[in-house]
Amino acid sequence: MRGELADAQLALPDKLARVSWAYVAAIVLLGAVGYAMLYSAAGGSHEPWAWRHAVRLAFGVLVMLFVALVDPRLWHRFAYLAYGGAFAALVGVEIVGSLAKGAQRWIDLGFVQLQPSELMKVALVLALARYFHGATPPQVGRPLFLLPPIAMIAAPALLVLKQPDLGTAVMLLASGAVVLFLAGVRWWKFALVGGGAAAALPLIWGRLHAYQRERVLTFLDPDQDPLGAGYHIIQSKIALGSGGFWGKGFLEGTQAQLSFLPEKHTDFVFTMLAEEQGLAGGLAVLALYLVVFLMGLVFALRTRSQFGRLVAAGASVTFFLYVVINVAMVTGLIPVVGVPLPLVSYGGTAMMTVMVGCGLALGIDVHRDLYMRRHPDDDL
Amino acid sequence: MQNPEAERSRVFTRRVALLGGAKLVAFGALGLRLHQLQVRDAPEFALDAEENRISQRLLMPARGRIVDRTGRPLADNVPVYRVRVVREQARDVAGVLRALAEVIHLPAPRREEVVASARARAPFVPVTVRDDLSWDEVAEVAVHAPDLPGIRLDSGLVRHYPYRGEFAHVLGYVGPVTERELRSDDDPLLRVPDLRIGKSGVEGGYDDDLRGKAGLLQMEVNAVGREIRELRRRPGTGGADVELTLQADLQRYAHRRLASELGASAVILDVHSGEVLAMVSVPSFAPDAFVNGVSHAQWEDWRDDPRAPLVNKATAGVYPPGSTYKMMTALAALELGILDQDTTFYCPGHLQMGRARFHCWRSGGHGSLAVVQGLAQSCDVFFYETGKRVGIDALAAMSRRFGLGGASGIDLPSERAGLIPTRAWKQRAIGEKWQPGETVVCAIGQGFVSATPLQLAVMTARLANGGYAVEPWLVRPPAGRAVPTTPAPSLGISPLSLALVREGMFEVVNGERGTARAQKLLSETHRMAGKTGTSQVKRITRAERAAGLHKRKDKPWQDRHHALFVAFAPFDAPRYAVSVVVEHGGSGSRTAAPIARDLMQKTLDLDPTGGRATAADDRPLRVTVPRRAG
Repeated sequence: MRGELADAQLALPDKLARVSWAYVAAIVLLGAVGYAMLYSAAGGSHEPWAWRHAVRLAFGVLVMLFVALVDPRLWHRFAYLAYGGAFAALVGVEIVGSLAKGAQRWIDLGFVQLQPSELMKVALVLALARYFHGATPPQVGRPLFLLPPIAMIAAPALLVLKQPDLGTAVMLLASGAVVLFLAGVRWWKFALVGGGAAAALPLIWGRLHAYQRERVLTFLDPDQDPLGAGYHIIQSKIALGSGGFWGKGFLEGTQAQLSFLPEKHTDFVFTMLAEEQGLAGGLAVLALYLVVFLMGLVFALRTRSQFGRLVAAGASVTFFLYVVINVAMVTGLIPVVGVPLPLVSYGGTAMMTVMVGCGLALGIDVHRDLYMRRHPDDDL
Repeated sequence: MQNPEAERSRVFTRRVALLGGAKLVAFGALGLRLHQLQVRDAPEFALDAEENRISQRLLMPARGRIVDRTGRPLADNVPVYRVRVVREQARDVAGVLRALAEVIHLPAPRREEVVASARARAPFVPVTVRDDLSWDEVAEVAVHAPDLPGIRLDSGLVRHYPYRGEFAHVLGYVGPVTERELRSDDDPLLRVPDLRIGKSGVEGGYDDDLRGKAGLLQMEVNAVGREIRELRRRPGTGGADVELTLQADLQRYAHRRLASELGASAVILDVHSGEVLAMVSVPSFAPDAFVNGVSHAQWEDWRDDPRAPLVNKATAGVYPPGSTYKMMTALAALELGILDQDTTFYCPGHLQMGRARFHCWRSGGHGSLAVVQGLAQSCDVFFYETGKRVGIDALAAMSRRFGLGGASGIDLPSERAGLIPTRAWKQRAIGEKWQPGETVVCAIGQGFVSATPLQLAVMTARLANGGYAVEPWLVRPPAGRAVPTTPAPSLGISPLSLALVREGMFEVVNGERGTARAQKLLSETHRMAGKTGTSQVKRITRAERAAGLHKRKDKPWQDRHHALFVAFAPFDAPRYAVSVVVEHGGSGSRTAAPIARDLMQKTLDLDPTGGRATAADDRPLRVTVPRRAG
């Protein structure tokens, strides 16, 4: 039975039949919300953001479906290679950035700007999933066995922190930690590392850039500097607060339309949504996101291989972190760290990361009955 | 122990359930927060009550001025009257602009640009139609205002450079904020429409000081965004003025004196403090052109011009120093004991090394001469012989002590370092062994050797001040704070060696056989010392030399020699150093030396002490000024 499935190659129609179209529909719906918001952000115009967003969304959905139809054993095989490539690219921008004397975070490929830190979000989940796929529970219990995955998480996180991109560093750390947790690492070990991190906090504070410290400080007291770094948060809160329960209506958000809501088409798009559509609209969109995340976890639960479980759950967590960090940021719960709201914010990189991640989760679900061996060479 | 796979799956399922729970809790928290902001505390955000709400706008502060050492403004702000259009109020932007065109001058292409730019922005953002209205035009627009919906008049400040191109390379220019700058800079001020920030030169390097802090305007606006009344106005803090070491009159004179050349630059330094009194590069450009974003065609014109008007040749032009480098060769030999004042070499007009023949500029030869006359007559063979004995690495070491081969660190962006070659450098950069013939060529400042006019001025200043390592600087510390001074460290050159080299430079100008003997200063009391340089751009072929073609004046401009001159004065108590480079000027003594003489004369004329030494000059000072990367 197992042997049969290991060798089984699903035909394309079978695969398409197994695609969870409800999941795809939820993602397209979120993208459509983004389209409407960007149309409104431009004052009721497809220019300059909305139509580009639509094009990217269509392209992104195609990429997601393509990723979903690829045999996950291929991802398993190339997981470390992808991680190595992403890591090399991260080191690459660091070197180029230090030469060009600026915070350059992307590689310009001409038609698109490639951000290695975004690649890393997906590659890290794949690499950790492969590592723990090949592990037995007793191995997972051994502290020494956990050192390589911790290094796999910490090295890119530190590089990204140095760029400096606090938001992405937090996302890498958190999604990595969640994969470890799902792989069965003991509670008390997390407590140990967490305690150590808390002790290292003063050290991290010393390494933060002046503007990052300022953001943390103004987060604690935004009124202190209403025109400087606190400006974003105050404006965002006023916009949200004036939206009320039902909102001001599509294209009627006065804070966003008339006043100076910063970056309303990128990081602060949720503020505009909640101003125009009110608490009702904001909660509806959050609920839609929640459906996508929980479906990702369902995919993880009903797949047979540990690799598949960890990939599906890990991708779902990465997506979840984007949304939570963004919404917490615009509602003033955490400092402004510059994380977009995927599928809704204008901007291609985060959307592509999320589409690839969702494609992986979807693909795991399509191939959920696939048996995968401990090592990729045993498979093919 | 049960089946490990089952165990793993069981742990995973349990933990996924926990994770799902955590996600629900996190989203619950976000939902509660939204409820708190949008329902519970909503009255607290009552600024946005039914009809009226407060709109906040940032006010642009006045940009700091850039002034010369006497406080004369070199970059200033002048008031302008602007007419702007707001798309959502105009409705039909093109129609309104057509109506406006009947009132003021507004050609059709400009109208199309404005329509396109208004369409690209949010509808409530005012787009500038013209920013150079005369007072009469303002009145005309105001009279017709009822027929021009969405048209607004206001006044603002715009950057102005009263001396146009004369200070352009030092000052740099300002321009509109780009997307990239918006991404990399957090200052909310950058989002103010019409803000201009520094892009190059001092405007760029000192932008943080010049920029100032944004002010705040709170307006009560009604539901359609019409402003009802002003609630609160907190003016911004204007940017700080930046004071330069430049002397405006001297800089302007120097620019005019050089302007007739196709490409040239000059630097004038105070040899004791390192202050840059003038730094000129021609041709220049009009920095005002950048304020509203320079047109693509104009930009390409400037970029592709072989005379490179956008490049500051004083810091970013590198040239073979030619014979102005012979002081380094002489000093290295004197310090090593290879030469003394009486050591002579015989010049038959060339030096033969194996199969290679190295020519002296004077084909008939100079006969026998020692170091002072070697410099005065700029005998190439004398320095071939000297350089051969010194060796390239010792020559390089001496050059570096005088500031060649490395960026001076002056507070201007894109300074170039020039090149002082060594054996190790050639192995590293080219992968070949150093050839003895190359040492000979380098000894007269040709071959791999290259330097900027600023570096040559620094070298001359260090020779003039008695061998102290002054460094050039351009921007004075903010008002009220004294210039922090520490004595410049000595280079450790023996006074006798320096005296001999300076004597040679004196003879260049004042000696009977000096190469620049026609260029004495007008005054009897002040005498100038200097050195000519004529550096070869293109190799002279044997055939050309035989035919005498290499001295012809009708050679194509880009093949002609560069003309250089470095000088200091007064000879007995030096205060100023000058370097002049005329690109493809033909001859150092005929082209560069007269310019340098005039610049020095003007410098001394403008000096309130008349160039007399003061007590403070007994000990040269190195001035340490906090520097910022440009």
